[in-house]
Amino acid sequence: MTNLTGKTAIITGGSRGIGAEIARRFSDAGAKVVVNYSGSQEKAEAVVADIQANGGEAIAVKANVSDSEAVKAMVDETMNAFGSIDILVNNAGITRDNLMMRMKDDEWDDVINTNLKGVFICTKAVTRQMMKQRAGRIINIASIVGVMGNAGQANYVAAKAGVIGLTKTTARELASRNITANAVAPGFITTDMTDKLSEDIQKAMLTQIPLGRFGKPEEVAKAALFLASDDSSYMTGQTLHLDGGMVM
Amino acid sequence: MATVLERVTKVIVDRLGVEESEVKLEASFTGDLGADSLDVVELVMELEDEFDMEISDEDAENMSTVGDAVKYIESKQ
Ligand SMILES: NC(=O)c1ccc[n+]([C@@H]2O[C@H](COP(=O)([O-])OP(=O)(O)OC[C@H]3O[C@@H](n4cnc5c(N)ncnc54)[C@H](OP(=O)(O)O)[C@@H]3O)[C@@H](O)[C@H]2O)c1
Repeated sequence: MTNLTGKTAIITGGSRGIGAEIARRFSDAGAKVVVNYSGSQEKAEAVVADIQANGGEAIAVKANVSDSEAVKAMVDETMNAFGSIDILVNNAGITRDNLMMRMKDDEWDDVINTNLKGVFICTKAVTRQMMKQRAGRIINIASIVGVMGNAGQANYVAAKAGVIGLTKTTARELASRNITANAVAPGFITTDMTDKLSEDIQKAMLTQIPLGRFGKPEEVAKAALFLASDDSSYMTGQTLHLDGGMVM
Repeated sequence: MATVLERVTKVIVDRLGVEESEVKLEASFTGDLGADSLDVVELVMELEDEFDMEISDEDAENMSTVGDAVKYIESKQ
């Protein structure tokens, strides 16, 4: 079984959805987990309580990923609590969907700040510690729409395509320090983010998926676990598509 | 109290894994001490911590030898 014993992982946006599932799975594999959130304190604390009830170690840390001071404080808190940072999962993300002609500057900025700048800020903040350790794993949750485009999501698609490019540069800059960076590009995964889409849109999406169903958060978490573990030691700068076959 | 040179030397030895005897004032980080560009960035950050100061990117670019770093730090103290 995949083993993360003794490792510390920061999961941004670990309070709900895919991030919460990644936090649980990493803990099951033996990692100490930092469950980051920006607003959902109760949900983050529930994830931590869950992990502790199963005998794992976790803390909930509030930090808006687009605020570099807050992220620095989170990194310090992690070091104080657990003494190392071995894995970063950049999972926090939002949508503000609109057709481009109607998209407001605010909608563009919010999504780029959280989904793209947030990845830059968090990666930068953990890099020094990982460089000192001469080891680290960075896993970025992108999206398949960052590869294929999607009407109504100009901001989100631009951010996710940016994340895929950023993953490659992170991989190149840090490879000499034994730090790998890979991305996961999920298709349609059932979470709060997709529950708010209308039934019509959900039905239309389904016709685009060769496997004929939506994915589950645990299916993304399993890929993240692979990328966080020694099983993926010779892999860096890659993007794994977990999309039921939407893009091939 | 250790001198600036002694403290700089310790940071360099720790970070670059070189012998103390190699850390001469005229030794260049990238040429003589085998640092790559990431090492230089790390060194500058460690020096910032050690001496509790900010070193701007421009100033860092002008520091190519151990002596440059020592002189810079002494001038700021
Ligand atoms: N669901 C899908 O179909 C799908 C597909 C492809 C990619 N993804 C990506 O997968 C990731 C997780 O998505 P999800 O479906 O699990 O979404 P979700 O259920 O809406 O959860 C989003 C998480 O991100 C956190 N978050 C949002 N803004 C934040 C900020 N500024 N700082 C820190 N945390 C923040 C939220 O915490 P708070 O509630 O505390 O703000 C929450 O924990 C996202 O990057 C998303 O783009 C999802």
